[in-house]
Amino acid sequence: MENTENTVPARSSVRLTALKAAFPHTIPIMAGFLFLGIAYGIYMNVSGFSFVYPMLTALLVYGGSLEFVIVSMLLAPFAPLQAFLMTLMIQARHLFYGISMLDRFKDTGWKKYYLIFGLCDETFSINYTAEIPEGVDKGWFMFFVTLLNQIYWVAGSTLGGIFGSFISFNTEGLGFVMAAMFVVIFLSNWEKEDNHTASLVGLAAAAACRLFFSADDFMIPTMIAILCGLTLLRQPLERGGKVQ
Amino acid sequence: MTVTQQIITIGVCVIGTMLTRYLPFILFSSDRTTPKYIEYLGKVLPAAIFGMLVIYCLKDVSFVSGSHGIPELIAIGVTAGLHFRFHQMLLSIAGGTLCYMLLVQFVFV
Repeated sequence: MENTENTVPARSSVRLTALKAAFPHTIPIMAGFLFLGIAYGIYMNVSGFSFVYPMLTALLVYGGSLEFVIVSMLLAPFAPLQAFLMTLMIQARHLFYGISMLDRFKDTGWKKYYLIFGLCDETFSINYTAEIPEGVDKGWFMFFVTLLNQIYWVAGSTLGGIFGSFISFNTEGLGFVMAAMFVVIFLSNWEKEDNHTASLVGLAAAAACRLFFSADDFMIPTMIAILCGLTLLRQPLERGGKVQ
Repeated sequence: MTVTQQIITIGVCVIGTMLTRYLPFILFSSDRTTPKYIEYLGKVLPAAIFGMLVIYCLKDVSFVSGSHGIPELIAIGVTAGLHFRFHQMLLSIAGGTLCYMLLVQFVFV
């Protein structure tokens, strides 16, 4: 692109068009992230942490499930290696979002680094599935989807962290919001897939490993079991053409 | 845990997370083709991981002591029921969580 003077208004209009196209796609995430973010902020607050903690983890980690786990990590004895391994296990799925986005993030310039940074489940789902209208810059579209989603999450987490201290009702059981979230994600995915083998492999592997290992130790065996199971089932799953 | 230890713990989580997000882009540069096995895993792993995460959230539930996991099972049933009825993610999560909170605060005290 030539660096002439009239590229400046052109660029800002490209950005505005992309923002307008991106925003409607993020509305459901706004509701979900504000709610979950506030719940997370409150959870941190009632666990005894200042709002700075949920704000910073929302900004820097930006991954809901791990952020909830961080609360338990911070309350447990110092174990950085375990925290690192736990992070890799919980976040390992991002590897596959990245693999799916290798092609789509091409030619997005500097924005690529932020697009990868903000590649959470929800942002991935939108950027992967949204049909970007003709004439809208796909790089800026994905950039604004990512940015808006992160703003919702950071805002919710911070608000929850601040106002959690003013909450007088009993918050026992609020942590269940995380289980409810994954149940819904699991069920939505279940309804979309033609073949439930992979979903069942995940459920069964985790449940079986939890029977034989303690709550703190069952995740690594589970991941290994899932990898083995899916590797063994590769031929039937691929031959059936049922893998979406 | 001291503040320094807290910063290290969170820092380690940030580094680990970023590793999982950036690694594919470092390993598989756009001009090379992704191995077929990795492509296959990318397709089937998400479903398995969602299943795993459901169990992960329930890892501390004991079915042999306390309330025997009954409040959890009821609340999951409510969450699933709301999901199948309305397909509104927010409503299902809010309803299930509220149900669970009421159960553990008033029923299974």
